[in-house]
Amino acid sequence: MSTAVVTVNRGLFRGLNLRQKTLLIIGSTSLLLLGIVVSSVFLGGEPLQTNFGSKNLAPSLEHPFGTDWMGRDMFVRTLEGLGLSILVGGLASTISTVLTVILGLLSSAGKTADSFVSWLVDLFLSIPHLLLIILISIGLGGGATGVIIAVALTHWPSLTRVVRAEIKQLKTQEYIHISRNLGKSKWWIASKHILPHLVPQILLGTILMFPHAILHEASVTFLGFGLSPHEPAIGIILSESMRYLSAGYWWLAFFPGLSLLIVVLAFDMIGENLGKLMNPKNAHE
Amino acid sequence: MHLKGENVSFGYKRNNLILKDVNISLGSGEVLGLIGDSGSGKSTLCKILAGYENKYQGKVTLDEKEIPPKGYNPVQLVFQHPEKAVNPKWRMNDILNEGHFVSQDILEAFGIKNNWLNRWPNELSGGELQRFALARALSPKTRFLIADEITTMVDSITQAQIWNIVLDIVEELNIGVLVVSHDRNLINRLCNDTVYLKDINNT
Ligand SMILES: Nc1ncnc2c1ncn2[C@@H]1O[C@H](COP(=O)(O)OP(=O)(O)O)[C@@H](O)[C@H]1O
Ligand SMILES: [Mg+2]
Repeated sequence: MSTAVVTVNRGLFRGLNLRQKTLLIIGSTSLLLLGIVVSSVFLGGEPLQTNFGSKNLAPSLEHPFGTDWMGRDMFVRTLEGLGLSILVGGLASTISTVLTVILGLLSSAGKTADSFVSWLVDLFLSIPHLLLIILISIGLGGGATGVIIAVALTHWPSLTRVVRAEIKQLKTQEYIHISRNLGKSKWWIASKHILPHLVPQILLGTILMFPHAILHEASVTFLGFGLSPHEPAIGIILSESMRYLSAGYWWLAFFPGLSLLIVVLAFDMIGENLGKLMNPKNAHE
Repeated sequence: MHLKGENVSFGYKRNNLILKDVNISLGSGEVLGLIGDSGSGKSTLCKILAGYENKYQGKVTLDEKEIPPKGYNPVQLVFQHPEKAVNPKWRMNDILNEGHFVSQDILEAFGIKNNWLNRWPNELSGGELQRFALARALSPKTRFLIADEITTMVDSITQAQIWNIVLDIVEELNIGVLVVSHDRNLINRLCNDTVYLKDINNT
């Protein structure tokens, strides 16, 4: 234990213990993401000015991410795009989590239901993910609704698989048998004994789903099957920028791409650090 | 009152019986020993008697009637490893009172200190946890206690303490006890009577 503390204290955050450091990372990353969403919502109110007098400008103090071929500020566009991406990701993760909980409960109800859930999971996992999103999106008529529903409907299988295995394992525990012998009902046991073990896993799974959902939405949009060109989506920005790369306007793709990467990594970091906090070894410290 | 197992046969796998035509009978207030080699199926028999395992052949009855699968089971089972018998996400207070509200008398008898009640299971020793598991199982509605190697993991002083308390309580409540152990000395000291479980796969 003492060696771990020593190495941490030599690092960036002198004087903080591991737990405080983890909380600090989670807090600051969440703040960054929240800041992006809030500012994108505020910016979304006013239409982005096109100013042909200042088109295709390289990054400067006035336009940190440069401007595009219509003179729009790329920093603002990126911010709006990221905000939209995070919202789509959030919606998709929430819906996927709800589906996971429902299917998890279903699989614990009985043998037939469990085989059905397991078959459904295998079916969804056997189709290439991106292809599945595109197919569902097209099937739903495309557009924003299509891609959001498609992303939401395809991210539950891996989490469901984890939750199902966890429920199975929990049901063999002696304290569950004891609870039944003490006269407790199935639903009482599910909510008091099983659910508390699943909540951290599900929470973590939801957060780790975010970056997946965001990247999938962006790639489907980039490929032209997703959000419409009128939306300020990162995928749209990136695919448009490709046409200008050969003209030497590198900043059009570079900054939005880098920002997307940072957002995705930020979610991963939150998930990873939350996972550390929930580790059973130090859960009650 | 009588707890009876009649012609109980059971195997975890098909064609591989662990128990074959086992008969056992336990009366209220009786302290019966069950001896057998490791792997002979003692724990398996305990699970069948307490309703944890129900795919067996034969009959398990309480006063000639089948034990209903729902509601409080008058046949309570306590295991060898108390740390597996408690939900690690629950505080000891909730664990203790899951089945019935355990009286202060019982707490004192078991030497359960009030400040243990706010702790998590991983903050107590095996012997301390086992006291909770026993107090939880010994409700006024319990008629039979199946004690499967409950003191195998503790030192001999704790073992003696725990058994003294349990025997006191079961006498007062007129509970029948099945003492399962591979330790002949312990069984001889505690029990009026002993049955031997033959290992059908190793003779
Ligand atoms: N859940 C199980 N699945 C398959 N085999 C088991 C299981 N539990 C016990 N066994 C086997 O059944 C036999 C009897 O085990 P057990 O009842 O625990 O014996 P004892 O308590 O007398 O040591 C052993 O051979 C053991 O390996
Ligand atoms: Mg055993």
